[in-house]
Amino acid sequence: MTLRAYRWELRKLLSQKRTFLGLGAVVVIPLLFVTALVLNPPQGERTQFFFRYVTETGWAVPLILLVFSSIWFFPLVTALVAGDIVAAEDQNRTLKTILTRSTTRTSVFAAKVLAAFTYALVALLLFGLTSTVAGGLASGFDELPTFTTVISPGRAAVLVAASFAVYAMPVLAIAAIGVLLSTISKNSAGAVVGTLMVSLTMQLTRIIPGLDGDGVQRLMLTRQLNAWQSLFREPIDWSPIVHGAWVSVVYAAVALVIAWLHFVRRDVVA
Amino acid sequence: MSAVAVEARALRKEYGPRVAVDDVDLTVHRGDVYGYLGPNGAGKTTSLRMMLGLIHPTAGIVRLFGNDPVDDPIVALRGVAGFVEDPTFYPYLSGRTNLELLSGLDGGVDRARIDEVLEIVELASRAGDRVRGYSHGMRQRLGIAAALVRRPQLLLLDEPTTGLDPGGMRDMRELVRALAGEGITVLLSSHLMVEVEALCNRLAVIQRGQIRFEGGLEELLGRADGRYRLDTTDQGRALELCRAAAGLRDVSQENGEIRFAAERSAAAALTVDLGRAGVGIHALVPEGATLEELFFELTEETAE
Repeated sequence: MTLRAYRWELRKLLSQKRTFLGLGAVVVIPLLFVTALVLNPPQGERTQFFFRYVTETGWAVPLILLVFSSIWFFPLVTALVAGDIVAAEDQNRTLKTILTRSTTRTSVFAAKVLAAFTYALVALLLFGLTSTVAGGLASGFDELPTFTTVISPGRAAVLVAASFAVYAMPVLAIAAIGVLLSTISKNSAGAVVGTLMVSLTMQLTRIIPGLDGDGVQRLMLTRQLNAWQSLFREPIDWSPIVHGAWVSVVYAAVALVIAWLHFVRRDVVA
Repeated sequence: MSAVAVEARALRKEYGPRVAVDDVDLTVHRGDVYGYLGPNGAGKTTSLRMMLGLIHPTAGIVRLFGNDPVDDPIVALRGVAGFVEDPTFYPYLSGRTNLELLSGLDGGVDRARIDEVLEIVELASRAGDRVRGYSHGMRQRLGIAAALVRRPQLLLLDEPTTGLDPGGMRDMRELVRALAGEGITVLLSSHLMVEVEALCNRLAVIQRGQIRFEGGLEELLGRADGRYRLDTTDQGRALELCRAAAGLRDVSQENGEIRFAAERSAAAALTVDLGRAGVGIHALVPEGATLEELFFELTEETAE
């Protein structure tokens, strides 16, 4: 039953411009970055570690784009669909239409969560593939310097893929927060902006006295967006990744349980 | 399956201090075309939403063929379809794709059935167009199609002719009549007396969340039996005799005519009295009230 609803959620997503706005952006941004890189190679000191090597090896391109996109770009892309997926039913007043068919509220909710997650993962995959291919075409697939050593192109490919997998965990947690805001606010624009604001606020806590300590920052979802960087140490430091996994799971679980309870208990009056 | 299609007992919905539905009892039997009649804001739509499991009752129960639509919507809504307020669809999808989606949620897309219902509601030629471009009447008809696609035994329709032009209203009523003729039980919410009178065999009248009447249409219309209109050669004398006569009630004079309520025997005795008094009778006409008159009588007698 959930799979049927999930299939139809995907079909609805594929019929909406908003979906392609986000997916288009994850393809265009890496292409613009690489084009700028080719036309105007960066000069002088570069503070971001992987940025130093973008003209030497294409493997550095997806990694530096992961760093840059953590601030607002990927949270926004994720929020575009997650923040809309329940609220759009309220705005179109279609919730009553689907909830009077042979399905349960839990199945409809689960299908929406799965669809929002699917979209976020597809966006991340497209972002990774585009940035890797474009980076490779521009700078070649050569050896990649890491924080501790230099790795072969083969190992770089594995670690870049793993980086995107690790990055996906907090992205899915952000999607869950988007679904929560979408469910509670019943307003697409509010939920999309709200999700982005949650992410940006977490980023801002880094510069707020009292919240900038490591104890608090370790609990911020945005910190987990950079956990993948520990893959580029020899030996790999797994503790930030494991920590990022459970922090992401806690955020996602809390958001989804609250959203689910609200969804199954609410009165559909519109 | 239960012989009772819809059963509500002490059904109640409160929104804070406001009581939208106040201990409603109603029974729709299988095969009924049941009118749920009330002015706007009387509680019809809220009742229907509870019947469809869209909102949770504050108290009381509702059963569809014996099953609870809130606790077990899949079982309770099996064989049940309809819409509340107006039917709504995904505007960026075509009418046909919307039906496929809903059919898919029901368990599998039956394209032959979708073609069939699109023909029934006369939307086949526009089925490929996005719903965004549909007129109100087309959306109403698509709403009926969405209900029919699951081959319902019970249709819950909330003011299906609202917003339609006269031709659209006529077509919609004919469609509802045809569906009822196929044996589908229909619960039709409406504030239009003519609609209920034309289509329904039983009805409930709701006002301010409370049921004022439930029963057969004939039973309600029969309530008005026993009223008479009298025109004589001497209305002044006749009025005196009416007021003095045993068994006559509510005697009044309106626009020159005398009106009263009485049993048949009392009315017959009055004619004898009039004759003895030398008053000629031009007309003594039993009056039946229209549903509209009875509706206002029922809904206004308790109004503040």
